[in-house]
Amino acid sequence: MLSDKEVKHIASLARIKIDEKEEKSLKKDLSSILEYINKLNEVDTIGVEPLYQTTGLVNSFRDDEPRGEFKMDESLNEKLIGQAPHKENRFIKVKSVLSHK
Amino acid sequence: MDLGFTIKDIRDGLAKGHFTAEEIFKKYSDNIKKENGKLNAYLRIFENTNNKNKNSDLFGVPCAIKDNMLIDGTIATAGSKILENYVSAYDATVVKKLREAGVSFLGKTNMDDSAMGTSTESSAFGPTKNPHDLTRVPGGSSGGSAAAVAADLCVFALGSDTGGSVRQPASMCGVVGLKPTYGRVSRHGLIAMASSLDQIGPLTKNVYDAALVLNVISGHDVFDSTTVSKEVPDYTENLSKDIKGLRVGVPKEFFGEGLDSEIQERIRATISKLENLGTKIVEITLPNFEYALATYYIIVPCEVSANLARLDGIRYGHSSKAAKTLLETYMESRSEGFGAEPKRRIMLGTYALSSGYYDAYYLKAQKVRTLIKKDFDEAFKKVDVIVGPTAPHTAFKLGEKISDPLALYLEDIYTVPVNLVGLPGISIPCGKGSTSKMPVGFQIIGRPFDEETLLRVSYQLEQAMSDN
Repeated sequence: MLSDKEVKHIASLARIKIDEKEEKSLKKDLSSILEYINKLNEVDTIGVEPLYQTTGLVNSFRDDEPRGEFKMDESLNEKLIGQAPHKENRFIKVKSVLSHK
Repeated sequence: MDLGFTIKDIRDGLAKGHFTAEEIFKKYSDNIKKENGKLNAYLRIFENTNNKNKNSDLFGVPCAIKDNMLIDGTIATAGSKILENYVSAYDATVVKKLREAGVSFLGKTNMDDSAMGTSTESSAFGPTKNPHDLTRVPGGSSGGSAAAVAADLCVFALGSDTGGSVRQPASMCGVVGLKPTYGRVSRHGLIAMASSLDQIGPLTKNVYDAALVLNVISGHDVFDSTTVSKEVPDYTENLSKDIKGLRVGVPKEFFGEGLDSEIQERIRATISKLENLGTKIVEITLPNFEYALATYYIIVPCEVSANLARLDGIRYGHSSKAAKTLLETYMESRSEGFGAEPKRRIMLGTYALSSGYYDAYYLKAQKVRTLIKKDFDEAFKKVDVIVGPTAPHTAFKLGEKISDPLALYLEDIYTVPVNLVGLPGISIPCGKGSTSKMPVGFQIIGRPFDEETLLRVSYQLEQAMSDN
């Protein structure tokens, strides 16, 4: 069973604010899922290599050329950064990183 | 349930002048406006037909796209509040290919929040209903696509399948759902969930249509470096080639605890049909099958926690009005934007990848994944395809499992191993359950990049089942 402190810590690492009700239900749900997952401890994996991907492709390169249909102009600019909630001209604005305290 | 027009019907109708592309599009479009209120299969519909490529097999065919694939200039929500107003900046490769083949897009279909779910109930825009019984779920996460095909609100649809999200809803709605081999179809422009597993596939009314759509969407793409430069065959060419003597593997682990007896009954009967077609039925074993779901629920949350980190309330997507600092922008936007299931998975993945737990969870799971692959490699030395159920139950009631995440996870028990190993898999309808009277799906699994054999067996089985 995860502790309250652990659940809070995970939420903070995941950058998700949770209220007390969510904390309680997440604690229950995550603990039961982890309990199920712990079943893997039964499996002997000594000397077994991990399988991160299944195609076996190594180093898939492409030519470093601009994509034809993507011409940088005002309309593409608008498409790409126009949805940022805070912006100035061609730049995306973020809130202050350092506090003023 | 009459499934209405197939791709071939549209092609014939156009050729014989029974209707024009505009007329058939309008017929579907009007029907959606009339029927969608009760199904909630579509989130958005489009008005324009496509006039490209009149000679293509798919010209004028009205189709639906799952809402996690981008169509330039239109909204793509991935079923999530966090992308409620997100406008796509380009076409996904599959969309581009379909567009070039003359397909017309009817609209975008409903799905579980961020493609996480097996019932489409976690969608931020309300659940989709099963056209066979409106009190039941359509499966998920591509539930909107499956329901749209089953209710003839499109001729075919695209879905995405990370652990069964095409095959399981296809099974529950009584349609065909194909997950191609990992690397066969480009995911460029698919909103990523778990990148080592995600694959796009068609939901269609029959196997022939699945082959036609696969012909168009397959192939190497420089914008998805996991796609493979293998030649794409014409998947319709060998559908009728004799399957006598083909070896069909039946894993004994697929018939264990948790499988409904009405499903077991249908699957066994369908295996007998395959035997009647002259195939050789071989009992096989996948010793690590019982660990596949646990493996999946480590790997997926880990990849999810990384992929969904991009949703930070800064560049696009939901941004909290309450935030005063940069950290609050992250914390509040993600808190307000993500539904319960994405939150669970992001946190689970964050935990499993956090310092001190990586080896015990993530690395362990990737090692077990190797063992699962070895099981399949061994099996495919003895057999040409593997068959079994797609899902352990027929469509369940809305709300029945929503409060128990683990119960919903178990719906994918037969489909997740296929994604873990990157194999192609298909679900085809094999009748209705004797108790529930709801559709049952028969799953066929093939060797990597051998969709041809998979489709061939499916096609001939489908023909045999429609004969009686």
